[in-house]
Amino acid sequence: MASLIGFNALIFGACSSLVIGFFSVINFRNPKKLDKKIIPLTFLQFIFVFVSFLGLIISFIASDFSNETVFNNSHTTKPLFYKISGTWGNHEGSLLLWLLVLTLFIFLFLLKSREQKLEYRLLTLLFQQIIIIGFFVFLLKTSSPFNYIYPIPDEGLGLNPILQDPALAIHPPVLYLGYVGTSIIFSSALSAMSLNYISKEWAKHIKVWVFTSWIFLTLGILLGSIWAYYELGWGGFWFWDPVENVSLMPWFALTTLIHCILVLEKRLLLKSWVIILSITTFTLSMSGTFLVRSGILNSVHTFANDPERGLFILIFLFSLIFLSLFIFFFFHNRETVYQNSFSLLSKETSILINNWFMMYFLSVVLVGTLYPIFLDVISSEKISVGPPFYHKLIVPFLIPFLLAMTIGPKLKWIKSGLSNKINLIIFFIISLSLSIFIVVNLEIKFLLNSILIAFIFYLFFISLSDLLVKRLNNLAQNMAHLGFSLFLLSIIFNSIFSNEVITNLKVGDTFQSEKFKIHFENLEQKKEKNFESFIGKFIIENTTGDTEIMMPELRIYNQPNIATSEAFIKTNIFTDKFMTMNLVQNKEYLNIRYQIKPFMLWIWLSILMIVSGGLISLFKK
Amino acid sequence: MKYFKYIFIIFFIFSLHQGHSQDNKLESKITKNLRCLVCQGQSVYDSDTEFANSLKLLIKNKLDEGLSEKQIYFYLKEKYGEWILFDPEFGKKTYFLWLLPLLLFLIGGAIIFKLFIIKKN
Amino acid sequence: MKKRFYPIVFTFIFIIFFIVFYKSLKNSNIYTPRIGINKEIPSFNAKQLNERKEVYSKEFFKKDEFYLINIWSSWCIPCREEHIFLKNLSNEKNLKIVGLNYKDKIKNAKFFLEDLGDPYDIIFLDPNGIIAIEWGAYGVPESYLVKKNMIVKKIIGPLSESSVIEIKRLIK
Repeated sequence: MASLIGFNALIFGACSSLVIGFFSVINFRNPKKLDKKIIPLTFLQFIFVFVSFLGLIISFIASDFSNETVFNNSHTTKPLFYKISGTWGNHEGSLLLWLLVLTLFIFLFLLKSREQKLEYRLLTLLFQQIIIIGFFVFLLKTSSPFNYIYPIPDEGLGLNPILQDPALAIHPPVLYLGYVGTSIIFSSALSAMSLNYISKEWAKHIKVWVFTSWIFLTLGILLGSIWAYYELGWGGFWFWDPVENVSLMPWFALTTLIHCILVLEKRLLLKSWVIILSITTFTLSMSGTFLVRSGILNSVHTFANDPERGLFILIFLFSLIFLSLFIFFFFHNRETVYQNSFSLLSKETSILINNWFMMYFLSVVLVGTLYPIFLDVISSEKISVGPPFYHKLIVPFLIPFLLAMTIGPKLKWIKSGLSNKINLIIFFIISLSLSIFIVVNLEIKFLLNSILIAFIFYLFFISLSDLLVKRLNNLAQNMAHLGFSLFLLSIIFNSIFSNEVITNLKVGDTFQSEKFKIHFENLEQKKEKNFESFIGKFIIENTTGDTEIMMPELRIYNQPNIATSEAFIKTNIFTDKFMTMNLVQNKEYLNIRYQIKPFMLWIWLSILMIVSGGLISLFKK
Repeated sequence: MKYFKYIFIIFFIFSLHQGHSQDNKLESKITKNLRCLVCQGQSVYDSDTEFANSLKLLIKNKLDEGLSEKQIYFYLKEKYGEWILFDPEFGKKTYFLWLLPLLLFLIGGAIIFKLFIIKKN
Repeated sequence: MKKRFYPIVFTFIFIIFFIVFYKSLKNSNIYTPRIGINKEIPSFNAKQLNERKEVYSKEFFKKDEFYLINIWSSWCIPCREEHIFLKNLSNEKNLKIVGLNYKDKIKNAKFFLEDLGDPYDIIFLDPNGIIAIEWGAYGVPESYLVKKNMIVKKIIGPLSESSVIEIKRLIK
């Protein structure tokens, strides 16, 4: 029943797209019609999709296995929370969620853009409807969430247990808010370009969307890596896995855009560059969906894939790319106000440098992710591109990037000198000596590390002092930059000071290393609703005699029948203690991995700090 | 100079963690560089499959036999193909992989230079 | 002319992207190593399941005979399925079937053979899975056809009717 309503609502929603398109074209110059007719229509469209989405959720809650999507991804014994989150934990449901956010955002866009020019609003709506129609067709044709199966099965196949997790339940919606936000930027940039409407006011108005999408995208990525940290069970949080890279690429583009849009707003420079970035950001978000859903990439994160779906997104994606290429080159006119617009030492230059490096990082990730696909198609050679590649190409370039990031905010628009030179030098000397001291005391590669750590400290101290001295002035930027330096520091110290023990233990065994003694006390068995759990109790004693109890868990889910290992994590301000245990084939012992990971919490906190920078500038008047 | 206080705190934390056994580090460095063939996408270090566990043991043995990091990579490449290495060698197949980003970096710099710096003079 | 340059270049680049993506849609994204065929067999020392004596591979493998190395384990379900094909092959006179018992408990392995029959001429033990890696295997079951100390055929996953036919053809 709910499925049927959902399906019909979806069809009505698709039809309303056509009606909206028709009305927008005939009323292109009639301002009254827009607010009176078209906005209610987009609201209606949103309601249709919402009803459809609700229909799917209800089918999931009611475990209506006559619905194919529910049958494939749910099970009666699953807790209610995961029944609901299971709605978007699969291909069909996640697309419906995309569509829901798409229709919601265009409605909000129309509401929030009342002071903009009418043609601009209508054209943006039209571009957005093209995307929306694409998604409707995609959903209805290749991935309908409301397929009926008969005879009706008694029981569903269940949701993959590693997806039954609170962080992962909200990860996709948050990420999609970010992705879909970029579609608004895309449509708006294209229509502003074709109407020659790019102005400081436009920049100011679209900036809100840029920041909103960026905040959601960042949070989405953060949630994903937190999930990977505790659920994939190895204590890592970023694996440079293709699926992760695919979310990082639009993030780079969007971060660049955030900086550029400021230049456009203040100085009306870099018009075409902003347009290119807007197109790039959305294209990368869409390519991400394509690459993930088509199954081209070989990743830890498995997704069901189907070549027909891949083909559809591919054609849709490239239609959008060619459409935007056409519009860009057709309406593109060179900016003419370069002359003497700014000096070499100015905020503009530093933002350009930021852009330059950001684009470089983006290209590293892009090439690294796509190269194996190209090589395979062209020469059928198969290679892997993993963390070492990204580290080698990105880390050395961080040094000049950090310098520009430190000095840049101190510069003024157009032309400036550096004030407070002595301060800058003193801080630099402090950072350098601090970093050399740290590096000398450790047996790690000397040169690159000491310079890198010095520059990170430099950024850290300068933005911290700015934050403390200037307080409200430039608060957002200082927060974000400080957060970034803190983020890099935490990552570096985390990787240098991490410590781990891997061993095999039976109940009652004790493992003794130089630093700790691990005693396997007992193994307790428990029966839960949808899984059986084995909880180990370990007592860890370090050299100073402090003891710690760790209780990692093994779960055997009944539907589907999968064993997962749940890490036990003790989070402290300075270190995380992390323990997992795993079954070993046909042995009595369990494989134990105990890790000490310093500054883990700071990695998450620093990202939140960066996000809070974005929030502040979003709400600042 | 209140920062010094923080600096000392940081130093204190660092001095708590000292001296890692070098072998262990090399072992995990190598396993982090290898891609697991069973759950493709994870490194051998991160993986807990039977294959990965055996491979970890094998690498330990090979290191004890005195093989160098490079020899181990070569050995595994012969067995499983270049795919197993996460760090692709610079060679005929990977010129573009390594050079394209750097090339794009130079092009980007050139564009900025041409548009914003030369035009002004 | 110059005005047209960039649009053409970009259109061209994206057409290439489209073609590459389109082609790779059809490729499988699961990697299986292709190499390992026409390679010399590895050398190893191994204990046996049924006898005390340790075997050194260089002494064991004779140049003029065919061997089928089969990596198996009692806990591996596909191994049960392929057992019937191994038994079929054990009737071949000029083929010696060598079992490599992968990460198994000796008791379970013996029980498995009592239950299903023993097609193997000899069984080596590989309690840590290291010998399997020397062979270039990464799972169970895998089988290797060896002739003149060279691997001529490699079968990943359980044997099937068609692979049995091919092995019989190769050893003729």
